[in-house]
Amino acid sequence: MIEIKNLTVTVNNKKILDKLNLTVGNGEIHAIMGPNGSGKSTLGQVIAGKDGYEVASGSIKLEGKNLLSLTPEERSLAGIFLGFQYPIEIPGVNNAYLLKAALNAQRVSRNEKEIDAFDFMTLIKDKMKLMQIPETFLSRSVNEGFSGGEKKRNEILQMLILQPKLCILDETDSGLDVDALKVVSSGIKSISNNKRSIILITHYERLLKLVEPDFVHVLSDGKIVKSGNKDLAHELDAKGYDWVK
Amino acid sequence: MANNKVIENIVENKYKHGFVTDIEQEQFDPGLDEDVIIRISKRKGEPEFLKNWRLKAFSQWRNMKEPSWQHLKYHPINYQDISYFAAPKNQKDAPKSLDEVDPKLLETYDKLGIPLHERARLAGVAVDAVFDSVSVATTFKEKLSEAGVIFCPFSDAVKKYPEKIEQYLGSVVPQRDNFFAALNSAVFSDGSFVYIPKGVRCPMELSTYFRINANNTGQFERTLIIADEDSHVSYLEGCTAPMRDENQLHAAVVELVALDNAEIKYSTVQNWYPGDENGIGGIYNFVTKRGDCRGKNSKISWTQVETGSAITWKYPSCVLRGENSIGEFYSVALTNNYQQADTGTKMIHIGKNTSSTIISKGISAGFGENSYRGLVKVLPTANNARNYTQCDSLLLGNKCSANTFPYIEAKNNSSKIEHEASTSKISEDQLFYCRQRGLSEEDSVNLIVNGFCKDVFKKLPMEFAVEAQNLLNVSLEGAIG
Repeated sequence: MIEIKNLTVTVNNKKILDKLNLTVGNGEIHAIMGPNGSGKSTLGQVIAGKDGYEVASGSIKLEGKNLLSLTPEERSLAGIFLGFQYPIEIPGVNNAYLLKAALNAQRVSRNEKEIDAFDFMTLIKDKMKLMQIPETFLSRSVNEGFSGGEKKRNEILQMLILQPKLCILDETDSGLDVDALKVVSSGIKSISNNKRSIILITHYERLLKLVEPDFVHVLSDGKIVKSGNKDLAHELDAKGYDWVK
Repeated sequence: MANNKVIENIVENKYKHGFVTDIEQEQFDPGLDEDVIIRISKRKGEPEFLKNWRLKAFSQWRNMKEPSWQHLKYHPINYQDISYFAAPKNQKDAPKSLDEVDPKLLETYDKLGIPLHERARLAGVAVDAVFDSVSVATTFKEKLSEAGVIFCPFSDAVKKYPEKIEQYLGSVVPQRDNFFAALNSAVFSDGSFVYIPKGVRCPMELSTYFRINANNTGQFERTLIIADEDSHVSYLEGCTAPMRDENQLHAAVVELVALDNAEIKYSTVQNWYPGDENGIGGIYNFVTKRGDCRGKNSKISWTQVETGSAITWKYPSCVLRGENSIGEFYSVALTNNYQQADTGTKMIHIGKNTSSTIISKGISAGFGENSYRGLVKVLPTANNARNYTQCDSLLLGNKCSANTFPYIEAKNNSSKIEHEASTSKISEDQLFYCRQRGLSEEDSVNLIVNGFCKDVFKKLPMEFAVEAQNLLNVSLEGAIG
């Protein structure tokens, strides 16, 4: 699905990612763990194409296609979804409107017809039920006045609607109580299949108990210093990050 | 950064109403003196009182100075270079029906998206169209007159209802109010007149479209709306002009009177030619608009979407005289390229329990200068007066600016006044969020700016809210799709 080779990224001449290599196959779930400041969020944002990062060397390929020359919207239309750690508020723009516009942008890029309002409502209500989001949510502004948990559930809802090829979820589990974590993880599981790939960026093992990863990587100082299976997450939880450094 | 490029694209504003209609014009030679005023008055067949009223205004204007306190820069206006009257020639004998209106004029309105009869009928909107200085056609007269509503060109009202004109003209905006109001009082050519009788809820939206067409002319309309006791009216005006290299002056006066329990909702979509991307040409828009909540429980609400004009100088205001009266001001002002706007409102609380709300959204792009200027004044008589003001400014790019000049004068201790203000740049994170979901950069900016304006747009009548949104998109073409 995605192949990252020798990726070095700097911000204001400070090295954040250092010759990072990562390959995620179709249908695989990878967890990326690591201490604060290790470069986890940067990795997600660089894949999604956020401004402000200098890619000094290396390549990112999605299904063999070079991503680095694409704009953020082109990457999105190519199938990349980033679930944000801190989803931003957009006052005055209602949730349903943004989601419908986004879905239609995706459909148009695939030469499909735009979805009509009725079908859209049917679709979104179904997914909202799964994410336990009340219907009043549709007419509220994007993320405005949402609690931390509501914001994260909204990210997953967007992912369920857009049906991306590669889902990168940046600390979607942080700040969630046990019940919300269950809802979020069942959302992730509902979309997981043998084609779609998922990268879970997280600090904690608790999400990985609910959504079992095929691979776990530990990121430290911009490098993957250790990789393993789900047992590695458990070990990290018990021993802390100093153990792998 | 990529973002700047897009913002430059946005700033490439394409004005869609810049055509000139080629019809025979009757136009006065440039210049202004008593003789010109007498000629205007005579040409319009006005009664003696109105001619004298104009002359009095003129003598006052001659002793007044052009204001200089506003945050605007422009070349001095030579008032002798302007023609003070222009009219489509064959309008001399005013048209009796739409059939008598010059087809070319109707074509112009079609281009503007206002096919008079069709649109009026379909939308249930009565339209009074003022072309240069003369009101061309008023649709829907019959249905309105059944309800007892008077909606006609100002010059007709002068002939048919002179007593109402004499009673109300200048009663809200006195001749001496300010330099531009005095000039308008002297030379105003036409405009709209509305009277809603007691207890009547106007059965449809009333609407006026203003169009400056002739060269070197100023446009000086005068609008007077009177809502008698227990009545209700919603009124909308739109404005466009051709693209010309020289600046043209527009100095209108709008007076609203709301008697006991009456409500007037006045909406403006202002799209005068803003000048080109180098700041050449465009309309100088110096407008005085004021509503008088004369009766108890009356309400006047101003909503404006200002996207046009090289210079905008306007402060639609409410005088809250009646007990429990309510004043509202909702504004979106956009300045792009070298446009400048100094706009806001005045809320004058005189009666007890009066309340006012001000929501102002300023958007600056390019080299645009956007200033909010507002006065909230509470007189000693106004027990329990309340005001809530919210002024938000949004900057696109880093060459534009936004200013806020709030003035608060409270002379009654029981009053409660709240003021909130914010200035923000369009956020990279918001843009990235939308783009990550697949929206183009242009659509993302569009979405965010429209969201920013939503509190104001939702106050517009439905069909015009869509128009306003489209207008905003066109005015920021490139990033507000």
